[in-house]
Amino acid sequence: MNERREFLKGAIIFFPAGGVLTALAREAAGKETVGKDAPGTDAKAQPNGKKAYNPADHWYGMGVEIDKCIGCNRCAVACKAENDVPDQPFFFRTWVERYTIARSGNVNVENISIGPQLEKAQDAREILRSFFVPKLCNHCANPPCVQVCPVNATFTTPDGAVIVDAERCIGCRYCIQACPYGARYLHPKTRTADKCTFCYHRIVKGLQPACVEVCPTQARIFGDLKSRASRLTRFMRFNKIHVLKPQLNTEPKVYYAQLDGEVR
Amino acid sequence: MSPHAADGLSEMLGQVTGFIFPNEIEIHWGILIVVYPYVTGLVAGAFILASLVKVFKIKEVQPTYRLSLLTALAFLLTATLPLLLHLGQPLRFYEILLTPNPTSAMAMFGFVYAWYLMAVLLLEIWFEYRCDLIRMAQSARFPLDWIYRVLSLFSKDTSEEARSFDRKAIQAITIIGIPSAFLLHGYVGFIFGSVKANPWWGSVLMPIVFLMSAIVSGIALVILLYMVLAGIRREPIEMACLDKIASYLFYAVIVDFSLEALDFIHRLYQSEESVKILGSLITHKLFMSLFVIQILLGMFIPLGILALAKARGFNDDLRKLLYFTAVILIQLGIFATRWNVVIGGQLFSKSFRGLMTYKMEVMGIEGLLASLVLLALPFAILAVLVKLLPIKLAGETATP
Repeated sequence: MNERREFLKGAIIFFPAGGVLTALAREAAGKETVGKDAPGTDAKAQPNGKKAYNPADHWYGMGVEIDKCIGCNRCAVACKAENDVPDQPFFFRTWVERYTIARSGNVNVENISIGPQLEKAQDAREILRSFFVPKLCNHCANPPCVQVCPVNATFTTPDGAVIVDAERCIGCRYCIQACPYGARYLHPKTRTADKCTFCYHRIVKGLQPACVEVCPTQARIFGDLKSRASRLTRFMRFNKIHVLKPQLNTEPKVYYAQLDGEVR
Repeated sequence: MSPHAADGLSEMLGQVTGFIFPNEIEIHWGILIVVYPYVTGLVAGAFILASLVKVFKIKEVQPTYRLSLLTALAFLLTATLPLLLHLGQPLRFYEILLTPNPTSAMAMFGFVYAWYLMAVLLLEIWFEYRCDLIRMAQSARFPLDWIYRVLSLFSKDTSEEARSFDRKAIQAITIIGIPSAFLLHGYVGFIFGSVKANPWWGSVLMPIVFLMSAIVSGIALVILLYMVLAGIRREPIEMACLDKIASYLFYAVIVDFSLEALDFIHRLYQSEESVKILGSLITHKLFMSLFVIQILLGMFIPLGILALAKARGFNDDLRKLLYFTAVILIQLGIFATRWNVVIGGQLFSKSFRGLMTYKMEVMGIEGLLASLVLLALPFAILAVLVKLLPIKLAGETATP
């Protein structure tokens, strides 16, 4: 009799406590949901105990903190190595621009990713402000490139990456014309359109995109907008953010902090 | 792309002025895509001229009716080739027909094209020529008689009742055909006009400007062909017909010019973000092709010539010479118009901070030579068509 009472007492405490602990564990897991399943989904369990990746549980974007970028160009180099982007200085999935704004109002923009350029001596006293801007595909939520593709070769994945199926692309290049950001090129080997994929092959495994991984100053932040605890959500909570060419209503998902009005 | 082409792009790096996005060095739509709207424009224009006879009953233009139809057909048959050749993966072209993306303006091309070719042009030509084909099948020798028999789809009925049905059918097809011709070329304009990323293209006027310039070029081409053909065959030119078409051409050029001027003034007055770079585009990169060829040689001078021919009572030979000069200049001008739209739209960076350069290949599948072949091909097809099918008055040939 006594034992039964003890057991019931224990059960009354144990089950709710278990629920609380599970909820806490979920919260904890939520902090690192990049590439892993968001909690509370009924994704199928895999043999190793991990849940299978379910793209519908994510909505990826990238944050760029302009003041943190030091123009080391490691992101562009890593991207070319990771994604087999041709070496020539006119094929880029990501690149870094340097803006130098003079007192006179003159804006000088250079692409530091196209290799060493002739440095023009510039009188430091004449420079008003200067900064670097990493550029990449904006993985727009309302992507004009996807709209115009005649054969559905480029599409938005359920987790929000805009990618190209090179097996399907006919190389008409309408998407390249439709992209306002110059983020696409025709791959010289495949003769099909090519662009940033957010390193899709990496993010589905829970890894960061190559450019984010190598950035020494964490100027690039990758994350899941569906997770309230992701780094990107935190970045967007603590910064005033802006996107490129908002007037075109492409709804970019690359969010810039400290973006200057001169940047297009 | 061959390593050679990559070298070409490296060379282009030195030609950039200002700042451009790195992937913008390559000009993706080259001379072939200039040829494409030019050729489709000729199709639409020639068809609209033909329909003047049937729908608006303008009797003077009758001598060019059949020629206009055959011209439209010859050019329509080659209209897809520049598109096909410019694809990175030409062998996958069928995907655009099998699995088209409904939101893509370009994906509709196959259907608009097929509709126009099958439901409009071929049908109208068949009804127009049916009786002639039956008659020629009887009189021609082997193997021509069989060709005519197949072309007539083995129809044999030349009764008055059947002929009156032909006429009714042609009437109905032409009425469907005019909006279809508008659709065909207006649609080509829409492919460019709907690109919001590109301020040089993205204009609601684009389809209308395309359409009007198509009418101009189509009419001018039919005048040219009519005169050349009459010369080759040593037949007299009907001056009433020529004067009438030339006066239509005159008004079409005026409307076309007004629309383009409106577009230009609107852009200048609105003075949007892109106005500076577009200003330097037209003064640095397009000065020759826009101001000199398109506007001066392609519009003002032909307008002057046509006005002169209209106003003064010149004799027939001098008028012929004037018309001939005007229509050649107009062709040149409309080709420049297409060039300025297609190439011009790719010569400035979408950062609005720099200009690129287009260096045309000469050889190569997307080069000058291929374009010249593509422009010559419709004339070859037309030569075969006018050999096979009489272009003389239907009234003379239709009565057996």
